[in-house]
Amino acid sequence: MANKIVETKGIMGWIDARFPLTSNIKNHLTEYYAPKNFNFWYFFGSLAMLVLVLQIVTGIFLTMHYKPDAAQAFASVEYIMRDVFGGNIIRYMHSTGASMFFIVVYLHMFRGVIYGSYRNPRELIWLFGVAIFLCLMGEAFFGYLLPWGQMSYWGAQVIVNLFSAIPFIGPDISEWLRGDYLISDATLNRFFAFHVIALPMVLLGLVAAHLIALHEVGSNNPDGVEIKEKKDKKTGIPLDGIPFHPYYTVKDLVGVVVFLIVFAAIICFAPEMGGYFLEANNFIPADSLKTPAHIAPVWYFTPYYSILRAVPPVMNSQFPGVAAMGLSVMAFALLPWLDRSPVKSIRYRGSLYKRWLAAFVVSFFVLGYLGTVPTTVWGQLGEWSKDIVDTRDCATWVARIFTFIYFAFFILMPWYTSKDKTLPVPERVTY
Amino acid sequence: MADTKIKRSIDKSSALSFTTPTKVDLEKRNFLITATACTGAIGAVAVAVPFVGSMLPSERAKAAGAPVEVDISKVQQGTIMTAEWRGKPVWIISRTPEQTSELSKHNDQLSDPNSDVSSQQPTYCKNLHRSIKENISVVVGICTHLGCSPTTKMQAGGDMGDSWSGGFFCPCHGSKFDLAGRVFKGSPAPTNLVVPPHQYLNDTTLLIGEDAKAGGLNHG
Repeated sequence: MANKIVETKGIMGWIDARFPLTSNIKNHLTEYYAPKNFNFWYFFGSLAMLVLVLQIVTGIFLTMHYKPDAAQAFASVEYIMRDVFGGNIIRYMHSTGASMFFIVVYLHMFRGVIYGSYRNPRELIWLFGVAIFLCLMGEAFFGYLLPWGQMSYWGAQVIVNLFSAIPFIGPDISEWLRGDYLISDATLNRFFAFHVIALPMVLLGLVAAHLIALHEVGSNNPDGVEIKEKKDKKTGIPLDGIPFHPYYTVKDLVGVVVFLIVFAAIICFAPEMGGYFLEANNFIPADSLKTPAHIAPVWYFTPYYSILRAVPPVMNSQFPGVAAMGLSVMAFALLPWLDRSPVKSIRYRGSLYKRWLAAFVVSFFVLGYLGTVPTTVWGQLGEWSKDIVDTRDCATWVARIFTFIYFAFFILMPWYTSKDKTLPVPERVTY
Repeated sequence: MADTKIKRSIDKSSALSFTTPTKVDLEKRNFLITATACTGAIGAVAVAVPFVGSMLPSERAKAAGAPVEVDISKVQQGTIMTAEWRGKPVWIISRTPEQTSELSKHNDQLSDPNSDVSSQQPTYCKNLHRSIKENISVVVGICTHLGCSPTTKMQAGGDMGDSWSGGFFCPCHGSKFDLAGRVFKGSPAPTNLVVPPHQYLNDTTLLIGEDAKAGGLNHG
């Protein structure tokens, strides 16, 4: 069979006749046209990729010394920290990387929300993104058990027991997940398998799907206008588009430099981040007979954890709280269909939407804070309330109010986005 | 000749584009596709069984759940002792006479004062003090909310407030239990603490994990 006719010569020509290398470079880099008005919010997608690579590389090196065995896990982590050359830096890169992953991904998601990047035709990009977020939460949860400290142990205990709340089949499901009657060696071993191989593979597949979908429809931008609608008549290139490479590769490099400065500073000066990135209780080996005085998940889970705590049991079942927590995460997947605004970007939305968004952001932060502290943090209601409320902890009541606002942001979205007074959207991007 | 015939029946579009179309038996094709898919699906389900099953508690994990004997002669009145059964803390709560009589006085504040939720205790412990002996309760020290181990607050009053008559406080989500492991209203925990199957082999020896009458583990 004759070789495919290609334009390239030499080694590239040889490769291109057998593998679409040049055309892939063109489609995804040098001739992928991105809107020219990207601002700093557009750093976080590439930064998430960077952190993903960092986590995989540091993870591989940690695996060379870590032992997924209940009798040895805690000691092997301490061994990495004390005796392995560079082990402490690699481990701190991995633990800090986990928190930075969530910071970057939350900012990336917020960008999508304010500029309407989830809207038609980008619904699937968004759904792949939500799946990546869920996968990331799984990675963080499974990985957190591995050091086998008190917080690892009891955090896993609480989360696995969430499944027990599912009516009828719940207890059997959590026993199946643990592989034992309690969190034990069997649990640690399988969480290790999920953390180092199962979920990373799913994650990489989802990231590929996320990018393929993105490059199919093209990037949104801060104005929320479609650059593909205004093309140069001769070349067919969007008038407001510039090639991703070199323009955005170089721009993203600036973001990478700034990010790495922050990242290195945390690793060197505050790897525990005052207990937010690594909790003090996790420096105590896991003990199945003694629960630490105060259990809190790592900061990136606390908004959902607050919602779990805030919803009272109904009919002697804690399932409503668990369901509310699940919904609080899954609600993001519905955004493309809840948003009825004629405009995409916050730049052309009215004050009604902006107020709701602000209320959501505030409730996310308040719930996030409350999830890190005991429910008694803000004292109790007076004696008068004894017989009329189920709990007198002030913080629980605050969490209930903000849980309400959190869900109202989603549930009322079709109403306030269609009622909102929007501004006219320009024909071309502005900057 | 035979070659082209096979090719035509495989490739539907080219078969249809022929000017003298060879008839494609769509009904047969659909039947074969469905039969292949179903057989494949059955095989996939069958092969999933060992994989899903491998995650259940192993024989070794099940064996580790055998009953344990505990010597309770050293438990002082008004204190608790913790035994381990199936890796869970089991509390042996020794109440003073005052603490035992206190149990009947706060029924109105409890979610399930009469232990009506039958999954939480064997029938021989469905009584006011939820125990075989009036002054000694045996309960699994794991909060029925999300599985934390509550902190012991045996003394009345103190940092739990003046109305506190002694019991347990879960540090995770603030659930409160009395000295018989009954949950107070307003706690996130939905039910009372679990009383494991247990029996007294003699006055000072307790066997946790097995009922007196039947043998075998019906709870846990």
